[in-house]
Amino acid sequence: MLKKYSLIELEQLANSIRKDIITMLEHAGSGHSAGPLGLADIFTALYFDILRYDPKKPNWNERDIVLLSNGHCIPVQYATMAEAGFFDKKELLTLRKFGSRLQGHPERLRLPGLENTSGPLGSGLSQAIGMALGLRLNKMPHRYVYVVLGDGELDEGNVWEAAMLAPKYKLNNLIAIIDRNNIQIDGPTESVVPLENLKDKWEAFGWHVIEIDGNNIEAFIDANAMAKAIVEKPVMIIAHTIPGKGVDFMEYDFHWHGKAPNHEEAMKALKELRTLGGKIRSEHE
Amino acid sequence: MSELYLNDYANEAVEKSPTRKGYGEGLKKAGELNDDVVALCADLTESTQMHLFKEAFPDRFFEVGVAEQNLVTVGSGLAAMGKIPFVSSYAAFSPGRNWEQIRTTISLNDRPVKIVGSHAGLYTGADGATHQMLEDIALMRVLPNMVVIVPGDAVEAEKATLALAKDSRPAYLRLAREATPIVTTDKTPFEIGKAYLMREGGALSLISTGTMTYKALMAARQLANDGIEVDVLHIPTIKPLDAIAIIKSASKTGVVITIEEAQINGGLGGAVSELLSEHKPTYVYRMGMQDHFGESGTPDELFDHFGLSIKHIVLKAHAVLSELKKQ
Repeated sequence: MLKKYSLIELEQLANSIRKDIITMLEHAGSGHSAGPLGLADIFTALYFDILRYDPKKPNWNERDIVLLSNGHCIPVQYATMAEAGFFDKKELLTLRKFGSRLQGHPERLRLPGLENTSGPLGSGLSQAIGMALGLRLNKMPHRYVYVVLGDGELDEGNVWEAAMLAPKYKLNNLIAIIDRNNIQIDGPTESVVPLENLKDKWEAFGWHVIEIDGNNIEAFIDANAMAKAIVEKPVMIIAHTIPGKGVDFMEYDFHWHGKAPNHEEAMKALKELRTLGGKIRSEHE
Repeated sequence: MSELYLNDYANEAVEKSPTRKGYGEGLKKAGELNDDVVALCADLTESTQMHLFKEAFPDRFFEVGVAEQNLVTVGSGLAAMGKIPFVSSYAAFSPGRNWEQIRTTISLNDRPVKIVGSHAGLYTGADGATHQMLEDIALMRVLPNMVVIVPGDAVEAEKATLALAKDSRPAYLRLAREATPIVTTDKTPFEIGKAYLMREGGALSLISTGTMTYKALMAARQLANDGIEVDVLHIPTIKPLDAIAIIKSASKTGVVITIEEAQINGGLGGAVSELLSEHKPTYVYRMGMQDHFGESGTPDELFDHFGLSIKHIVLKAHAVLSELKKQ
């Protein structure tokens, strides 16, 4: 990123991305709402403050890498990439449609700028480890690998295989993020299979853990700076997010995990987000 | 028939070596030729013969522990950074346990990871049914974009390994534990996607893969003593299948026996049947595991029990020919 955005600009970008998420999901008629809305602040911080990349040269050899392990949250990455100039925003309306580059779950080969193909859960952290090892072998330790995992995804055994391996190689070019929104398809994570104490678990596996409010862009940017200062361990940022963040009737409701808004709901959501946009402006004025 | 420079395999003193050993030696050579070749193992480094690579290139070898899902997905990540990862375990665990990860992060994602499954098939012997992987050919050949190779001996396994290191596709390499007769020589050609006609005759086509080709060749010699000359077509690459060679042989003889030490459903037998039923309808008899699991025993006992020894191939050929009244 060349331009340095102010915090208010970042918050407005996140709000714009949320509106795009609602619009694209409504057009698609299916897909996941809660997770992408909750992740909008983190993706904004990544693409508009943290990552090194060039949207005109998606394979640029000096770029940082971001993997979305919980592929069902892909609307947030598509909307953020469009905002960042990887492709025209109009294409967002093709989400999940036949012939679209914006598949229901991300496919690397279809859309330049995507770094992996995901959907089946649990494999992203391992791929990130492989990439971090590869960058080390290629003598490019200054490039970072970011991977976003869902919290429900932590039920997968593959995640814990990766959790054990990364500390062995002291992968300090790997920064992992858990979207801790406490919901999954069948209900609250703690009633499906309890995940807590999550921080203790990752620390016991040899990770440096930073816990933050994942809907606070500034907190995430600070956590990233701290993560880069940790050199002996891989870093896990447990980002507490509100599922459905920004849309009152979706917030905290696990029923919105795997559902798209209908026209009426989308209109209501967009109205709320417009009001929120106004609030962000007035708060900073 | 082009010159294949075969070894004197019928000689009782023929050298034996396991295909996994050829792989280990090939991997080390591939590592010498290309710095981007890396290797990952799931706690079976010596069994899979990866210790040769590990000793030569410790910085390019990654031990991931008993974690086969991690094995292939870390491999996928390394491939994303331009590496050519060879990831090895026993076939029962990889691709047995981690098939979805292979499908999503390697096959659909098009990363040139080379999945190497050792201790496949009945040669795993005493370890029993859990470890005798028989479904791997079927599992891997249904994946779009995946190359599937079952070398016939250690010499061919080494060549296949070197060829895979230069190939940009994802691939599965199936290996066996036991030492088996060396059928080919350094001069024998090997190319991914090619079948090799190792004996020629008109009565029927023995189409075999992996180390069963040795048994097919020995059976063909016995049949020749009975006055029956047969084709022996060796299929080291199950995918992409050498359709031209198979159709050519089937067109000439009109009857095919496929031979493998794997499930015939979805295995070589399945692949050849699919091809011929569509392009050259031919009688196909499938020798291999007939929809059941193995059990503990010596390889000889098991091949005998499951009807897959040399004498069974001879008997099957006679039975098929008399059934078709070709004799």
